[in-house]
Amino acid sequence: MVNPMKALVITAPGINCDLELAQAFEAAGVTPEPALLSALARDPSIIDRFGMIGLPGGFSYGDDIAAGRIMAALIRERLYPALRAAIERRVPMICPCNGFQIAVQAGLLPGPVDGAWPTEPALATVALSNNASARFEDRWTRMEIPAGTVCVWTRGVACEGEDSMLPCAHGEGRFVTTPTVLTALESRGQVAMRYAQRDNFNGSMGAVAGLCDESGLVFGLMPHPERYTRFTQHPWWTRLPIAMRRTAPLGLRMFQAAVACARGEEVAR
Amino acid sequence: MSAVRAEPAQQAAHHSTHRVHRIEVRPADGQRDMRGESVQRQCAATAMAGDAVPTRVEHRSVYLIEGALDAEQLTTLAHELFADPVTQTATIDGAVAAAVGAVTVEVHPLPGVMDPAAESVQEAIHALLGVRTQVRTGERFDFAGCTAAQARGWAQRLLANTVIHAIHDGPFHPASFPEGRPYALAIRSVPITPLDDAQLDAMSRSAHLFLSLDEMRAIQSHYRSLGREPREIELETLAQTWSEHCVHKTLKSTVRYSAAAGHAPVTGDGRPGHEAVDGGIVIHNLLKSTVAAATHELMADGIDWCLSVFKDNSGVIAFDESWAVCFKVETHNHPSAIEPYGGSATGIGGCIRDIIGTGRGAKPIASTDIFCVADVARTEVPRGCLHPRRILRQVVMGVRDYGNRMGIPTLNGTVWFDDRYVGNPLVYCGCVGLMPRTFVKGQVQPGDAIVAIGGRTGRDGIHGATFSSAELTDTHADEFSHAVQIGNAITEKRALDAILAARDHAKGCLFSALTDCGAGGFSSAVGEMGGTIGAEVHLDRAPTKYDGLSPTEAWISEAQERLVLSVPRANLPALQAVCDDHGVELCDLGTFGTPDRSIRLLWKGTEVGSLDTHFMHDGIPTPTRTAIWDATWAASFAPSVRVDPMVAAGNLQATLPALLASANIASKEWIIRQYDHEVQGSSVVKPLHGPQSGPGDASVIRPVAASARGLAMANGLATGLAADPYWMGLAAIDECVRNLVCVGTDPSRIAILDNFCWPSCKDPRNLGALVRASHACYDGAKAYRTPFISGKDSLNNQFTTDDGTTIQIPPTLLISGFGLVEDSDRCVTMDLKGVGHALVIVGTTTTATGGSQVRGLGSTAGDDALPKTDLAAGPANARAVAGLIGAGHVLSAHDCSEGGVLVAAAEMAFAGDLGIELDLASVPGAGEAFVAAFSETPSRYLLEIDPSRLDAAMAALSAAGIVHARVGTTTADRRVRAGGSSWSLDDLAAAWRSGGQGW
Repeated sequence: MVNPMKALVITAPGINCDLELAQAFEAAGVTPEPALLSALARDPSIIDRFGMIGLPGGFSYGDDIAAGRIMAALIRERLYPALRAAIERRVPMICPCNGFQIAVQAGLLPGPVDGAWPTEPALATVALSNNASARFEDRWTRMEIPAGTVCVWTRGVACEGEDSMLPCAHGEGRFVTTPTVLTALESRGQVAMRYAQRDNFNGSMGAVAGLCDESGLVFGLMPHPERYTRFTQHPWWTRLPIAMRRTAPLGLRMFQAAVACARGEEVAR
Repeated sequence: MSAVRAEPAQQAAHHSTHRVHRIEVRPADGQRDMRGESVQRQCAATAMAGDAVPTRVEHRSVYLIEGALDAEQLTTLAHELFADPVTQTATIDGAVAAAVGAVTVEVHPLPGVMDPAAESVQEAIHALLGVRTQVRTGERFDFAGCTAAQARGWAQRLLANTVIHAIHDGPFHPASFPEGRPYALAIRSVPITPLDDAQLDAMSRSAHLFLSLDEMRAIQSHYRSLGREPREIELETLAQTWSEHCVHKTLKSTVRYSAAAGHAPVTGDGRPGHEAVDGGIVIHNLLKSTVAAATHELMADGIDWCLSVFKDNSGVIAFDESWAVCFKVETHNHPSAIEPYGGSATGIGGCIRDIIGTGRGAKPIASTDIFCVADVARTEVPRGCLHPRRILRQVVMGVRDYGNRMGIPTLNGTVWFDDRYVGNPLVYCGCVGLMPRTFVKGQVQPGDAIVAIGGRTGRDGIHGATFSSAELTDTHADEFSHAVQIGNAITEKRALDAILAARDHAKGCLFSALTDCGAGGFSSAVGEMGGTIGAEVHLDRAPTKYDGLSPTEAWISEAQERLVLSVPRANLPALQAVCDDHGVELCDLGTFGTPDRSIRLLWKGTEVGSLDTHFMHDGIPTPTRTAIWDATWAASFAPSVRVDPMVAAGNLQATLPALLASANIASKEWIIRQYDHEVQGSSVVKPLHGPQSGPGDASVIRPVAASARGLAMANGLATGLAADPYWMGLAAIDECVRNLVCVGTDPSRIAILDNFCWPSCKDPRNLGALVRASHACYDGAKAYRTPFISGKDSLNNQFTTDDGTTIQIPPTLLISGFGLVEDSDRCVTMDLKGVGHALVIVGTTTTATGGSQVRGLGSTAGDDALPKTDLAAGPANARAVAGLIGAGHVLSAHDCSEGGVLVAAAEMAFAGDLGIELDLASVPGAGEAFVAAFSETPSRYLLEIDPSRLDAAMAALSAAGIVHARVGTTTADRRVRAGGSSWSLDDLAAAWRSGGQGW
């Protein structure tokens, strides 16, 4: 039985943002349930029961070789068919940070161009490489949501002023691809989020911070929206207008938008 | 891979040969090489006169794989595992030639050194191909514009540490990996009973036991009474158990304390355990009579929220009705001196394990780190020392890579610079944990299985406990390379996840007690847990990293990421299932409880050692140590002076930027941003504030997401006052409390920790200084009502150079604190909030400028006495400020510490991007403007208050009898004005940043 109000949070050795991801789902009204990759590999049909999926951040398998590389290889090998099936039955999926790095290497992003997912995972066409500074950085950055994006997590979500910020914390987040691929992604509305001008600290091509697949359901991004679901998580909350405390923060609004989509609701934007 | 397994592949059909394959990964054509570029930048930034700076550096990753793999399998690995199809290219079994004019050097871990990436790769290959392989990883660097010798020089200086790395000229591709040989049992007895004193002393040093003559004699007479010689494994166990590191014998000893000639006699001042004798004081157990006494007296006097103090791996206090929080801070100084990256990483790793190993398991939720290093600008260092710039950069990397991988936010810390840390840097690592109150205590049950989980045992870290208790010399890197350890954070993260799953198991907690394997390895973990009931340990069952470990090595190895659990045998299958799910290795080492309460060590059924637990834990002699308070000697620990002529001349305009740019005050943002301080989503007050990233006082987290109650953490360090450790200790406690109070912590719910790092206490004058600091701990904790709940000491921090000069570190006392914030939605930060607000100072300012930062730059303003913490005003000021914050009167609060009022005001201004008009003449107590600006009197706070709240706030302070004054107003013009001088915020922020960049 698929339960649209239950979210699967996939964990593995070194995944360490599962807690905040679960809390974000919960704050958006969905019950999170963690499951280890090893258990899912034994029985991939567990995935069929969930209405939403999260692939959290962290340092899966130490990020040895490269960020997300080993976990992506394992997902290609064991979970790809079940995850593909989930996307085909319109399950929204979020992959922040390490999850994004994994998703682009596991053939989950940017996904197919003609609506049909291949039987075997596709080879990566985009990459998240070493930051321009060649080191890990933790900083909040201003984000922009491109007007034409098809992403169910960001489309129409307000993103302005001090409330347009999200925390980034990564060493390998520089988006790299070919100009052709980037143009194609932009034209199909698959660029779901960008760093605002002057906030592209990792040197990403096209200032791309997040991508979605063609359906808009699968969303990968380097920032951590799950770490901005309470006003006191904002780095300057003590100096922001009190009125801002009464509205849901940007990160939470993104989860709420996807939950509405999972429920089949049209959301008032 | 235990997490995801593949069916074993049918290998016979392939043309595979068992040999070492080499896969090299480089950026694809047109892709930037960020790592190579970064190395080139580091060469340019650290080059000294005469160095050839490379024009270009290229980086490649190298994987050496020993196993039976055919060409197709290698291609699969190269393209699906090692190289990214967009950004990278792989070469199989060959090395791409270096560019014309470039030379290749490769850096690989030495055989036997932990290689975490290799372990992950082995698992991944097994999961993908079903083939077991041995993997080693390395890095290749091609230097252009350098000779081979110069490239090797850069590799030695920046890329490799020969204690753990081999540097190869050209691509490294061995035919096979060295293998261990199976161990053949040989039980070695050590003839100790016939030795004379000189021989006992010689044996203690040559066998790296580092025991005193008294202790060697006690062991000798114990074995004489048994009528046999000790076996090697027994002697090693006693040396570990009795090491300063494990047993804190100096702090627990009886001390005869007196004053040096010409000084006034010392007094006990009514402190417990202090007995007046002719010519001085006898202190019975220094620790118990000072640090611990304060806690026990406070607990007897109404503090009911201390749940476990001094006994367990960390100190535990109540958080709310359901939850408890615990805190531990450790040092990892000596390993970090030799191998800073591994030393600091295993430092934080060990401290995290202490939290996991508290009670029946706590979840680590926040980390701290404090480093003390020499001046990074110095051009040379004594033989046998690493350059402080390299030490600092690498200890930061070590904490970053371990803490970030573990998913624990690093929220608080500081760096202190003093040239006397040149041979003996200090690395303090702290960790805070959260646990349900039901799990605060554990109890080993006789008959429980001794279960080791986590990493495998190897030869790494042997003699770490005794090494940490020795004095460093110019040859220590060669002599103690075996004590160096490299951590694997993911192994520890898996163990943590498995332990929490076992603790919160549907059948109830699966274990009775647990502890971490730290210094002394199994010998200390099992020795402590089986302390009163004994244990039978089968050492041959311990999973090892390679063949050939002797029972002694298995018993004392300090290999990382291991914990020992006491498990009822009925729960073993359930625990095994949890460990399997998390990919964690579990080993049943034996059973707790023996009929005679001894610890029996066995190897394949043969007894290889037997230890009397009573002698092990209580047999250590407790000689009376001599401590002398010698103020002249202590005065030599005052910080050194580097004269800035403008500061010496009392030029206010030049002094403020000079102070902001000085190393101890300058921005630490380059460090802070390398740590993930957001992970777990709990942070409320982060380390940096406002649009300009100003320096915060304390950090706050919300440990239980459903509750708005917060937990604040901070530290106090007043090494500038080392010339009198009593005033230094009080100032550190006061600073820690101030930092916590500034963010909104309830001062009646603060617990603190002590970490002493001292020069050798065999010198009675250094021990006298330690007594002074211990007195400060007792007096301070009582006055502020902040109980100590845990502590640690490291009492042999000095370095002897090859010409025989001994460099002693200044006595260093770190006070770490954490406390409750009733409503974290009402926290206060230090950045100015608005225009036209009043700036109010709380606390009096004195002319005592001794030990201050401005004196370090050559100023002689004020008088040279050390500032004295007032034990009445200090706690009263803290309570008053907390009251104002609680009443909602305070918009921003900042403590006045290094650099004084003007530096604090400047930091508030540029953090909030607002100006300040400061009237130095109205600062109570100081008089002269320059002294008012830069005096570092403790117990002072700067508060920003809205005019509508000002009267109420001032009235509350007056009513409580608190010294205070309005000293300024916030302005819109982005300038700081004081004493007739004026500075733009951009200039001040730039000065502050300049001192913290480019390292």
